[in-house]
Amino acid sequence: MRHASMRTALALGLAAALALAGFATTAAAAPKKGGILKYIIPAEPPSYDGHRETTFGLVHPIAPFYSLLIRVNPDNPASPTDFVCDVCAEMPKPTDGGKKYAFKIRKDVKFWDGQPLTAKDVAATWSKIVFPPKGVASARKGQFHMVSKISAPDDETAVFELKFPSGAFLPALAAPYNFLYSAKKLAQDMHWYEKNILGSGPFKFKQHQAGAFIEGERNPDYFFKGAPYLDGFHGIFSSKLAVRVNAIRSGQAYIEFRGFPPSHRDDLKKALGDKLTVQESDWNCSLMIAPNHLKKPFDDPRVRRALTLAVDRWGGSQYLSKTAIVKTVGGVVFPGHPLAAKKAELDKIAGYWPDIEKSRAEAKRLLKEAGVKEGFEFTLHNRGVDQPYKIVGTWLIDQWRQVGFKVKQWVQPTGPFYKVLRSRSPQYDVSMDFNCQAVVNPLADVFKFLSTDRSGSNHANYTDRKVDELFDKMNRTGDIEEQQKFMREFERRILDEQAHYFITLWWYRIIPHRSSVKGWKISPSHYLNQDLSNIWLEE
Amino acid sequence: MVELRSEAIAAAKEEEDTPRRFLREAVRDLVFRKPLGAAGLAIILLMIAMALLAPVIAPYNPVANVYEKIHQPPSVENWLGTDQFGRDILSRIIYGARTALLVGFVSSLVGATLGLVLGVASAYFGGRFDLVFQRVMDVFMAFPLIIMALAVVSIFGTGVQNVILAITIPIIPRCARVVRASALAIREIPYVDAARAMGFGHGRIILRHMVPNVMAPYLIMLTSFMAQAILLEASLSYLGLGVQEPVPAWGLMLQGGAEEYAESAPWIAIFPGLAISLSVFAFNLFGDAVRDALDPRLRSD
Amino acid sequence: MHKYIIKRTLLMIPTLFGAAVLVFVLLRLIPGDTCELRLAGSGAYFDESALKICREQAGLNEPMAVQFARWMWGVVRFDFGYSMWTGRPVTEEIALRFQLSLQVAIMATITATILAIPLGAISAVKQNTWVDYVTRGFSIAGLAMPAFWLGILIILGLLISTQRFLGEPWMPPLEYIPLWEDPGRNLIQLIWPALATGYRFSAVATRMTRSALLEVLREDYVRTARAKGLIEKLIMRRHALKNALLPVATVIGLEFAFLIGGLVVTEQVFNLNGVGKLFVEAVGNHDYTLTQALVMLVALVFILTNFVIDILYAWLDPRIRYR
Repeated sequence: MRHASMRTALALGLAAALALAGFATTAAAAPKKGGILKYIIPAEPPSYDGHRETTFGLVHPIAPFYSLLIRVNPDNPASPTDFVCDVCAEMPKPTDGGKKYAFKIRKDVKFWDGQPLTAKDVAATWSKIVFPPKGVASARKGQFHMVSKISAPDDETAVFELKFPSGAFLPALAAPYNFLYSAKKLAQDMHWYEKNILGSGPFKFKQHQAGAFIEGERNPDYFFKGAPYLDGFHGIFSSKLAVRVNAIRSGQAYIEFRGFPPSHRDDLKKALGDKLTVQESDWNCSLMIAPNHLKKPFDDPRVRRALTLAVDRWGGSQYLSKTAIVKTVGGVVFPGHPLAAKKAELDKIAGYWPDIEKSRAEAKRLLKEAGVKEGFEFTLHNRGVDQPYKIVGTWLIDQWRQVGFKVKQWVQPTGPFYKVLRSRSPQYDVSMDFNCQAVVNPLADVFKFLSTDRSGSNHANYTDRKVDELFDKMNRTGDIEEQQKFMREFERRILDEQAHYFITLWWYRIIPHRSSVKGWKISPSHYLNQDLSNIWLEE
Repeated sequence: MVELRSEAIAAAKEEEDTPRRFLREAVRDLVFRKPLGAAGLAIILLMIAMALLAPVIAPYNPVANVYEKIHQPPSVENWLGTDQFGRDILSRIIYGARTALLVGFVSSLVGATLGLVLGVASAYFGGRFDLVFQRVMDVFMAFPLIIMALAVVSIFGTGVQNVILAITIPIIPRCARVVRASALAIREIPYVDAARAMGFGHGRIILRHMVPNVMAPYLIMLTSFMAQAILLEASLSYLGLGVQEPVPAWGLMLQGGAEEYAESAPWIAIFPGLAISLSVFAFNLFGDAVRDALDPRLRSD
Repeated sequence: MHKYIIKRTLLMIPTLFGAAVLVFVLLRLIPGDTCELRLAGSGAYFDESALKICREQAGLNEPMAVQFARWMWGVVRFDFGYSMWTGRPVTEEIALRFQLSLQVAIMATITATILAIPLGAISAVKQNTWVDYVTRGFSIAGLAMPAFWLGILIILGLLISTQRFLGEPWMPPLEYIPLWEDPGRNLIQLIWPALATGYRFSAVATRMTRSALLEVLREDYVRTARAKGLIEKLIMRRHALKNALLPVATVIGLEFAFLIGGLVVTEQVFNLNGVGKLFVEAVGNHDYTLTQALVMLVALVFILTNFVIDILYAWLDPRIRYR
């Protein structure tokens, strides 16, 4: 009981904090019907199958066509713990000691082809996600390792049985990719949904012209009566930021749901005045630095500490937040979450000291002690994407220059970048790394930092049992104060004592959109709340 | 028969003295008869001076980020304004001349020279070697320059050395083809046979007799590739596949921020583009003059 | 003549095969693969088993020789397979973009020809006068300006001037509409890239026109007619004009062939959904099947153009056939 209320309190607190972060409030005017939403999408979906893709480029154009079992609350998308039903009738109370969840499914849900969506479809969909047959890829299968059985005893009940109670289950269930598919189509061809779209969401698929645009039209049989407000949508694909900014400026698109750099917000605001509304939020993505422990001298904690001590995060936050999509100074946990370090706690971690001169002097002292000479050269391995990778990379190089490092940037396109980053080899000295999840879930999100034999995405290549031990302790306790205590220790171990990994800055999401777009609320993730059902146009 | 042969031998001997005279004439021709070409040369020399003296003449450190001075318009302090990192654009353009010249000189020199050697050898040896070699060159020529360069950069990665490599490789077959055509004509001339009859080795005949005779197309290609290499480097950098931050390079300065802020900070987009255009313009003017001076068919008098 | 044509046709086969081998090998030398990219690229959690399945389905686990043989067997049957990234047929992906690139190439060629022939002729006739210098300066500047910079300047100019004169910033439409559906919208989108590439293209053609005409002018029978009414005399001497225009036509043909696949940078600047942009994306996505097909298409256009030019020259100058 205590646990549950604590959770609610946390959720409310976080929601309030995030609501404050966004400085635009949506007016409570009555929604209007009609209109086509024109928006711009920075990436194109490789296939249409949400279950096997991981990119937001799939969510933005495809999510409006599908329903989910549960989802983040579209009226409160800023909260990481507020989940509501989509096709289920009510959120179930777990039984069997937290090991059994029985979802009641609404009776009025229909696919566009007229077939009803029943618990059988829900069970078939989730079986595909959790227990994919041979040859079927499921990108997030591993997050459901606690699930033992999925069944549909009747058309109105879908039952999930777990091996053990787990707080990570519901957030994973609410992930925006878990589109509900038709059991009949899946029985005919498990790969059918890769190239076809048939859903029960607020919009019906109209057409997709590769490399150009995607269109949807209102689903008149959508089970939430009255929704959606729009007659349809027209999503334009363009990976180039300059094009996206100019599209909003010239009115060829009303909104882009990923995020713009601050200077473009200011530019657009200056050009469009009242015709532009800006929504902002902290963003559940961060850029990290992985010093490769397999490469000398980065196997030496003193050198790694010096690297992080040289970086003026507080100053950088001020400057970079004028040009890049990063802003918030934080530790390993999404800033603003109750598990995140407070300012006073951060101030004690290497690289977060308020006095940067003192910090840099310490860095130089450590380097001298470790025998690293002034003018030591190394390369920063980086991803060939401007925002924010190369901008933060260029900033870091300038920061390291100030303690005597000569750093070259080794920029690679995304493919070769990940090949090298995931190679578990001394191919790079220090690499940029990136973590970006949909649902905010710090206990799961810090999994990355575990020893290489446990975490597939530890790209600093270290083994540290102390880290693993703290993580396990943290996940085994339900007590929030205990969790906080272990999290602080975990964080100090990684960022300060051993300086295994560094967080540079957390991202900051800025959505400048035409003021005619109403009803859309920003969330801390560009993956969430994208079915467009609550948007209307005030023209 | 004997007379004919000794004449040819005399001609072969004379050939060995020509290159120096040839070049001397060319230089004189350029300065007095080609004022446009001389102007081009002047700009090129200016660029070289700029590159060599960069640390002395650049007002600021080209890689130092000054976040208080982001997006400053041109002023007394920063003549050409500042970029999205608050770096001085003038200083970056001055240092950028180093990158442009380095990439331009090295890739066109190496590319054209390898093309020269391969083209002459192919013409000289002829037969099966020539046939196979021509097919290989055909394959390389079947791709546009930019596509070939893009492929090489994708394989070897970005950065100055790899950009040079990426530009050098597609230059080789283009130069080899032209040189081979000229060399074929020379191979037919009796003095090559005569030289061989005198017992000169292949190497000596190629180097002393054939190469000087294809110097004209070689020099023409060299100057025109210099311009193309600078343009290609800029294009690759613009696509994000060329030189990387924070190295000052003109094409790189046009990538990303320059385009996005084109309206509010147009100086970021305008000045580096001017620098590229002016230098390529200069190399083209100079190249035209070299062509006119060296290609007797196009001599304007 | 027949013999020559047959010989030249047969020579295209090893070139095409060589191009196929080259592109196949080069692509596989690029580190990384399409599966790693699509799963790891977003920075979100993914299961390693999905990576394995993806690689199996893309045929990436098979030996190189098998992959190559399978591809070649498809190519000879005109079956280029499916895009590794989207799973759609490669021919469908390319066909969608090809008409746009073709239209820009044609428009740029028309622009260039209209500009180049009169400018080149004037420049040659008025050789070494200020008219000649200005024309040459104009065309050398066309060679010197990077196409993408010109593109940036055009977009910048449009945004600023429309903001000033219309009060609202305007830019060309982002989406391609075929010419026959809406000619106005089609042209207002494509005229800008056509101008930007046409300018550079015209520079090449102007210079060729000038030097080719100069050569003809130098011939004795023309030289006698120098002073006045020279153009009319030229037209009268059809033979001279034909000889002068042949190299110009060659240059225009080669440049046109280049534009089909070479608009890589310009299509980026103007966000055109054409073959060049598709190429950059396909390389970036490690989409082997699509990149291979695109490169072969570009190479084929190039080789065929050269073939036609060679035949044309051989027809005009019989000596070539016997070389």
